Amino acid sequence: MMSPGKTWITGLCTSAVLLFVSGVSVSDGRQESSGSNETRAKVNKGKVSGESELDKAPQKARARRNPLENDPDAVAAGKKLFGMHCVECHGESAEGTRRAPNLREPEVQDAPPGAIFWVLTNGIVWHGMPVWSKLPEPQRWQLVTYIKSLGTKPQTPSNR
Amino acid sequence: MRYRFLSAFLLFFALLPSRSWAQENPYIVAYDHYLEEPGSLEVEYFSTFGTQRGGNDFHAFWMAFEYGATAWWTTEVYLDGQTTSHDSTLFTGFRWENRFRPLKHEHFINPVLYVEYEHISGADKILKEIEGHDGDADSADSNAVARREHKHELEFKLLLSSTYKGWNFVENTLAAKNLANEPWEFGYALGASRPVRLKATPQHCNFCAENFIVGAELYGGLGDRHSFGLKDTSHYLAPVAAWNMPSGWTVRISPGFGLNDNSHRLLLRWGLSREFSGFGDLVGHLFGDRR
Repeated sequence: MMSPGKTWITGLCTSAVLLFVSGVSVSDGRQESSGSNETRAKVNKGKVSGESELDKAPQKARARRNPLENDPDAVAAGKKLFGMHCVECHGESAEGTRRAPNLREPEVQDAPPGAIFWVLTNGIVWHGMPVWSKLPEPQRWQLVTYIKSLGTKPQTPSNR
Repeated sequence: MRYRFLSAFLLFFALLPSRSWAQENPYIVAYDHYLEEPGSLEVEYFSTFGTQRGGNDFHAFWMAFEYGATAWWTTEVYLDGQTTSHDSTLFTGFRWENRFRPLKHEHFINPVLYVEYEHISGADKILKEIEGHDGDADSADSNAVARREHKHELEFKLLLSSTYKGWNFVENTLAAKNLANEPWEFGYALGASRPVRLKATPQHCNFCAENFIVGAELYGGLGDRHSFGLKDTSHYLAPVAAWNMPSGWTVRISPGFGLNDNSHRLLLRWGLSREFSGFGDLVGHLFGDRR
């Protein structure tokens, strides 16, 4: 067994590292907070950061057709996947939060499915959105199908 | 007492609410290029049961806290320990690992840079990576002897990973330097995996085929700066499987089989992890961030 002195030092070092990690999380949260006003302003103007990324999708990616467009299960499966992976940042109804933009914006809803698929696949890494290519391609298309089904108005219990 | 503390600790994390559902790969030694989601904390517990020629079998275990600092940086702290049959149980040290994603977009091959600092004793047996001339004989010493050796080590890895038609392929190379004037040591890990089903089912379910990912990994040492190559090195082939549950828990299992006489005959590994999204915000609130 390690001597009590060494255990204490090791514990201290570990605590320091954990504190550092916590500090990172705090500063990360604050960066997101300070950026939130900017994000809200962009959302208000209809210029969400996702929009510019959607515009950046290469023509070949934009032209891709959604193979699950007419799949009867795609919206329900996409909704389930959205609840698992996207709600934390984009909100329960995809209305956006301080961390990520509103997916009901016309810029997103009017974007070609291929462009949304491209952003999902590549993420917006420098602005906090992780890559989602770890989800198999059919699951990303199911997500695209669900996002496109949302329309621009928030869903209410009556029209859900 | 120790087990009571561990049980309470695990219970605390089990009861914390989590909205996220992990989509974790099944690898235990190899890494793919996917980092932790920003602000998410993944708490992991892993076990390795190893057979030992000329010594006592062992059970090595580690706990890890993996945090997504940004979408391009993941940091992780490991706490290692082990129990050797007919010997003792001891804490064997800690590791601090960082992974950085240098490229903005997805490519056919995606690189991630890995840097780790290890402060462990010679009794550490988690075998999270195999490097240099690591072999079965290294673990034969009693804990009392092995723990006298202290390792301060820096480890660098280049993680390459590709995803194609549902398959994930990883190629990792590592270079490790014990800071006590030891030569550079090298190693590798290769892996391939695929979800059992690629499309998601509309229902929430624990046993849906898309929740299971299966594959295999191959890993071993490549000698050191003075004797690079396969001579006197150990290698393992391990089928791997992960079960990602909607509750946020992931279970991994991997029986690893030694491929030569320098290797342990069997390394039976399993792990349990849970992801907590929004952990960064939670800590931010604790420190007074009310926005």
